Amino acid sequence: MQLSHSEFALAPAAERRRFVLQARPATLDVAARALGLGDTFAMLAAAAAGAVTALRLGPQEVLLLLDPAGADDGLSALRAGLAGVAHSLVEVSDRQVGLDLSGALVEAALASLTSIDVAVAAFPVGMATRTLLGKADGVLWRTAPDRFRLEVWRSFAPYLSGLLDEAARDAVF
Amino acid sequence: MLLIRCPYCGERSEIEFANGGEAHIARPADPMSRTDEEWAQYLYMRDNPKGLIAERWRHAHGCNRFFNALRDTRTDRFVMTYEMGRPRPEIDAATAAEAAR
Repeated sequence: MQLSHSEFALAPAAERRRFVLQARPATLDVAARALGLGDTFAMLAAAAAGAVTALRLGPQEVLLLLDPAGADDGLSALRAGLAGVAHSLVEVSDRQVGLDLSGALVEAALASLTSIDVAVAAFPVGMATRTLLGKADGVLWRTAPDRFRLEVWRSFAPYLSGLLDEAARDAVF
Repeated sequence: MLLIRCPYCGERSEIEFANGGEAHIARPADPMSRTDEEWAQYLYMRDNPKGLIAERWRHAHGCNRFFNALRDTRTDRFVMTYEMGRPRPEIDAATAAEAAR
């Protein structure tokens, strides 16, 4: 799955192991400290340290993206920090695929799929949220002013990349 | 586009949300002691008002949390949203009239 126009490109993201951590907000704070990501995961924001990137998608939910090289260290730190505390940590590596979207038309392409405002003022770099893209759920994370990471369920990827391709072509005119 | 303010994510489009029916309906603590009529009242009977209603909503395509909302059923205006567990807020007549407008 790879698309490229002059001002819009879509490419598979680097391989990551993915985990969904669900717990009470206070427990998530403990997890943030265990992973060395500060005192708390900021709402709807990404935080990264070492091999671990955490996207806080809701008050009770964090999506963890781990570089396979350092994933085991991060996971053991997390498990040690959360030992004896009620939480749910589920691996979803194969459920989702990551797509890297980049180029000057990336905002225009996304804006035709989602109802949220993707302009930098409303969706700053580092913000991450789940939303509806077309008819499919997806996690949208802005990694740079003209770059987004899309985390979608595997079977939605052809549908979404097709829609984004069409939208980027339309946005040229 | 009808915007609904999720207490956790801010204002999002209505299509991201799922309605969860009337709010503040407490399950009887001891169902076995209730008559069939009382149990039916709990299970099925709803106020269905023409006007302000407190409802549960879920940010189904977002943070996936339930929250409560005050909405006017005639105009679809949302007066406010608030977190689960809080009592139904009192609102003044002027706000209610604005919601009905």
